[in-house]
Amino acid sequence: MRICRCCAATRRGWSRGYEAMIDVDSLSVTFGHGAAAVHAVRRISFHVADGESFGLVGESGSGKSTVLRALSGLNPHWSGRLAVAGKALERRRDTAFYKQVQMVFQDPYASLHPRHTVDRILAEPIAIHGLGDPDRRIAHALDEVGLGAQFRYRYPHQLSGGQRQRVAIARALILEPKILLLDEPTSALDVSVQAEVLNLLHRLKRERDLTYILVSHNLAVVAHMCGRLAVMNHGAIVEEMTAAQLRAREPSHPYTKQLLVASLGYDRAAIDQFEDFAATA
Amino acid sequence: MSTSRPLLDVADLRVDFATPKGVVQAVRGVSFTLGREKLGVVGESGSGKSVTGRAILKLVRPPGRVTAKRLSFDGIDLQACDEPAMRAIRGRRISMVMQDPKFSLNPVMPVGTQIAEAYRLHGQGSAAEAKRRALEMLEAVRIRDPERVYRAYPHEVSGGMGQRIMIAMMLIPDPDLLIADEPTSALDVTVQLQVLAILDDLVTQRGMGLIFISHDLGLVASFCDRVLILYGGRVMEVCDAKRLGEATHPYTRGLLDCLPRIEAGHADLPVLRRDPAWLEQGI
Repeated sequence: MRICRCCAATRRGWSRGYEAMIDVDSLSVTFGHGAAAVHAVRRISFHVADGESFGLVGESGSGKSTVLRALSGLNPHWSGRLAVAGKALERRRDTAFYKQVQMVFQDPYASLHPRHTVDRILAEPIAIHGLGDPDRRIAHALDEVGLGAQFRYRYPHQLSGGQRQRVAIARALILEPKILLLDEPTSALDVSVQAEVLNLLHRLKRERDLTYILVSHNLAVVAHMCGRLAVMNHGAIVEEMTAAQLRAREPSHPYTKQLLVASLGYDRAAIDQFEDFAATA
Repeated sequence: MSTSRPLLDVADLRVDFATPKGVVQAVRGVSFTLGREKLGVVGESGSGKSVTGRAILKLVRPPGRVTAKRLSFDGIDLQACDEPAMRAIRGRRISMVMQDPKFSLNPVMPVGTQIAEAYRLHGQGSAAEAKRRALEMLEAVRIRDPERVYRAYPHEVSGGMGQRIMIAMMLIPDPDLLIADEPTSALDVTVQLQVLAILDDLVTQRGMGLIFISHDLGLVASFCDRVLILYGGRVMEVCDAKRLGEATHPYTRGLLDCLPRIEAGHADLPVLRRDPAWLEQGI
């Protein structure tokens, strides 16, 4: 088995008998060509052990969602090496990949088909993957995310934001994947609903031994959900740290320090000290 | 900070929407006064915080119905104002930053022209003066390349930039009262704080009043002077922002407790319990 050079934490994880579930090695994503090229992700590497929750933190435009989109196969314009459960990924993914890896998107208002009922939304992945017994699977999936049978034949516009995000999570889980890629799953929700959805994600992870990659701009959400995290700025990882280091407020990079200060709330004096961290080539 | 006469005086504000399924009471008897200060209005979606903001500007359309015992701004009875009188107040004296810049900007007009138009409509400067002021304002809301953004169309700017453009447009006529409805929710934390600093300076230096509508309790506690907690269209509690942590109402406590914290561990978050009886007890 390969030993990772970049992150001691994963190495520790392996020594305890875990295996790397997700490997990202010098991943780059570039949009456009020539002078107009935008380097959204610049040679980043990280590894996520089986059953681990890994956080990607950064501001908008830092490339954190692009990493998830490259991993999930939504963006073919990447270079580097991606592997899931030891198997290297191609540009095109087969159905077996999607049975293993599912994604939950940020905006539950945009990610559900407005003219499909919850029943039809959940039936589609079952049909695509040729799994039998849709009736039982749908009832079970709704039950698992805390939605009763009465929601089954409703349309998305008849649901609240939190209920829609539960449907999106049910749709991802119905294939019984090993990995969930979570792209800001609670940032469109009220704080009270956010707590419910975060608790739900926690419980599902415990029960099903899932591996999570959680993308968020909210340090508190990542500290709550993840054991380890990487901080991204301008497409590069500036720092990788454990949640314990984050809780102890011991960042080593000035950009992470600034994010931590900002997460404390409004402080006029601190704001005047804010710097604009430029891209490092 | 409060002068003899409050800038805004709202008493028993009610907003009803008649629907085929019965009357929906979006706001049920909200009362507050505002001086030259930052007042936070906090609540979940559906608590009536945005409708309260719109009712002050008389922007609630039929079938919505607004009633109040008192709704006065700087001595003007807003309920008695007709549309021409309201047009003289909107934008120039009370302005409002709406939640979603995508629906608030004119899609077929460069953003700079829209900001300059706001200045010329309410001020009397020349076109060149308006452009100069618009560029200044774009710089003030931390837009890096104001000349380029001035010529850009709304679809060419990001959501966060759109929000800052809206703020620039609403601030350029120098309003006495700014109603900001989740003005910074699409912004990154650092930019969000920088934009709040601009609003803060306007309140302290020019004596502007600010109603800051938000669902982010932590931000409101650190930014505002006072906080109004809304639930189901009623005021549950008004507290000093600095003392929000000591709030006693179960709803306020619930909102505070369900926030994840960096210092806390991975234990499950307490879930907010809502009690319909609170609607009878509101203040």
